[in-house]
Amino acid sequence: MMNYFPDEVLEHVFDFITCHKDRNSVSLVCKSWHRIERYSRRRVFIGNCYSISPERLIARFPGVKSLTLKGKPHFADFNLVPYDWGGFVYPWIKVLAETGIGLEELRLKRMVVSDESLELLSKSFVNFQSLVLVSCDGFSADGLAAIAANCRFLRELDLQENEVDDHRGHWLSCFPESCTSLVSLNFACLKGEVNLGALERLVSRSPNLKSLRLNRSVPLDTLQKLLMRAPQLVDLGIGSYVHDPLSEASNKLKHAIQRCKSIMSLSGFLEVAPRCMSAIYPICGNLTTLNLSYAPGIHGNKLTKLIQHCRKLQRLWILDCIGDKGLGVVASTCKELQELRVFPSDPFGAGNDAVTEEGLVLVSAGCPKLNSLLYFCQQMTNAALITVAKNCPNFIRFRLCILDPVRPDPVTNQPLDEGFGAIVQSCKQLKRLSLSGLLTDQVFLYIGMYAEQLEMLSIAFAADSDKGMLYVLNGCKKLRKLEIRDCPFGNAALLEDVGKYETMRSLWMSSCEVTLGGCKTVAENMPSLNVEIINESGQTVFNLDEGQKVDKMYLYRTLVGHRKDAPESNQTYLKCRGDLTRSDHHEPSLNDMIKDMKLKNISGDDDFIISESNNFKLQSQLFEKEEAEIMILKWKRL
Amino acid sequence: MAFEKDFNLDATELRLGLPGTSEESEKQASTTLRISNKRAMPDMNEDSSVAADKKCDQETAPPTKAQVVGWPPIRSYRKNSLQTKKTEAETCGMYVKVSMDGAPYLRKIDLKMYKGYPELLKALEDMFKFKVGKYSEREGYNGSEFVPTYEDKDGDLMLVGDVPWEMFTNSCKRLRIMKGSEARGLGCVV
Repeated sequence: MMNYFPDEVLEHVFDFITCHKDRNSVSLVCKSWHRIERYSRRRVFIGNCYSISPERLIARFPGVKSLTLKGKPHFADFNLVPYDWGGFVYPWIKVLAETGIGLEELRLKRMVVSDESLELLSKSFVNFQSLVLVSCDGFSADGLAAIAANCRFLRELDLQENEVDDHRGHWLSCFPESCTSLVSLNFACLKGEVNLGALERLVSRSPNLKSLRLNRSVPLDTLQKLLMRAPQLVDLGIGSYVHDPLSEASNKLKHAIQRCKSIMSLSGFLEVAPRCMSAIYPICGNLTTLNLSYAPGIHGNKLTKLIQHCRKLQRLWILDCIGDKGLGVVASTCKELQELRVFPSDPFGAGNDAVTEEGLVLVSAGCPKLNSLLYFCQQMTNAALITVAKNCPNFIRFRLCILDPVRPDPVTNQPLDEGFGAIVQSCKQLKRLSLSGLLTDQVFLYIGMYAEQLEMLSIAFAADSDKGMLYVLNGCKKLRKLEIRDCPFGNAALLEDVGKYETMRSLWMSSCEVTLGGCKTVAENMPSLNVEIINESGQTVFNLDEGQKVDKMYLYRTLVGHRKDAPESNQTYLKCRGDLTRSDHHEPSLNDMIKDMKLKNISGDDDFIISESNNFKLQSQLFEKEEAEIMILKWKRL
Repeated sequence: MAFEKDFNLDATELRLGLPGTSEESEKQASTTLRISNKRAMPDMNEDSSVAADKKCDQETAPPTKAQVVGWPPIRSYRKNSLQTKKTEAETCGMYVKVSMDGAPYLRKIDLKMYKGYPELLKALEDMFKFKVGKYSEREGYNGSEFVPTYEDKDGDLMLVGDVPWEMFTNSCKRLRIMKGSEARGLGCVV
């Protein structure tokens, strides 16, 4: 029998629960846990910025200090989404600022970040400490200057793969002399020159600096000076690495590098003279992360020699110029390897040095801890995939991209259904899967049958019929994101179970067979979904008749209805207007609701969206007592 | 009409499409990619039945690869970054002007064509009909009144041969073959 616990005790217990999923689960136990959890929640993750509004976020979590927001759909990375589609962070910053939220950390992915929003951000939150921008655009060095100048306690400025218009390089000088709090500074993606003197002084007065990633304009002698001032670095991204190995500069560099005994993560080499890699060898033995995917200059023997020094590597990102043989070296050296990403160095070429199924098989045999893969290759065979599945049953992420999108197994000329089938059958923890190569409906049958933990699936140029999509929608209970391009899936698949989309974050379908009529049907029946259509053909959607196929459809669950910031340009956009006046046809019984929730696996989502949905009001009626009677909950972290 | 045969009408024909593609291959590309069902391209089936020689497959890979929007799925930031590197590698140190003291006009050569200094110097010798002396680090070029020099990124006049080849090609902006008394100042001993 449960005794009453004061709120402070529960709050203290909840402090130990940091993972978003677990906190969402906690909030669904009973009313009082919901209340305590929401006031004590500091970190919130919102996977789709249009699924909820900043006002509702604050109403639910008034104590939020750290916010993660994602904007554009994933396929925006590959130029499939028009530049003006949306994903603006400004309204979020504005509302957070106006309501006096004590924001300390903001992490954004695929969002449009204007200089204006950066400036507002820098001036509105006294304790702001950490800004992480991944794959964002819309800002210039002016915005960065505002952050540097105004955020007095800035600890982290981390810019990853953003398209930045940096016409003026003075932003580094805008860090005041009083700023000594930096822990992490990453400006590798900036293209312009930076003030080297300001950089040196900044690093000198940042004793807590652990992570420093430079852009290619930072020359070798500056690197050497920075390393001398920051031997405590844990993560280093090298900009320019061009020097004569016999020169004095090279000696000085070697000496500086050797002093940095804590470096565990190395990246960059944005400009490189490969004969100088030996200076790096002294620190290779400690490396757990190595990212050479932006260094095409390091290849062949130089690359393999470098890797042979990295026995503790857990994460490796490289280019396919490493070749199958080079992957063999990885397999025999890096026994601790967990994550491997092999990017194409020549996406449209024949790629004589590129990797094939052989390299992957070698790595799978040599690296039993491998659990995360992104592999661009020329070809793949079923036999290889079956071997990989046997060698590595621990995959959480398996993303395979065969450069020719519909290439069959070159040995047997068969589709790759059996190979991927083996992967999903063997890897019971698989959460993310990307398919490529020649594939029929069969592979989707396997996925629906075996991929029980699958949360994200990316499909391109695959399948024969609607059955493929149906297998997935019916089978993968934990599916959150489904993105499809160039597949023969039409209205029958789309409309089979529209309720399913409420349990998912989003669905993307482009160059498929769905028509305007199909999209309208979804929108009209599901007011909790936004259905967006993007038509490239120049026709306004008004001119399409219902039987015409749409180029691109993006639908996502939301609690706040249609967004107001979709471009009104008559070329491409129409949101399907659901009939919002239509109410539920009957009031479901409590038992129906419980069954419904169990089927939809409602709790345990990264997003707090589900727990926030209207369903919760009904859920709370389930608990007649204020306190939970059942205290035994399996939390891994407790 | 007889004269029509002399005109290469194809070359000046206006049509939509990437340079280097013909209408036939384009049509084939668009139909094979748009068709929902059978995705295997006819070319590949016929050729794959031949011995699975990887090289052979690569040569017969369909030409449509480059034309599919958003494929391969690489972040545009990464794609742009690689392309910049390629263009830089291609333009930086690729074609540079070569001047010879006393010659009426300049020439241009592609540094990428040469693997190292010996080939470059031989090409220069052939082009301008002269001979360089013997190179030593201490004395520069010995035994000839011609000395190969270059202007680097910083605008300085440098002796060809001092730095590693890659560093040279990355920093060389133009070449100048110095002659006679001016060349002597660089350490040339005649």
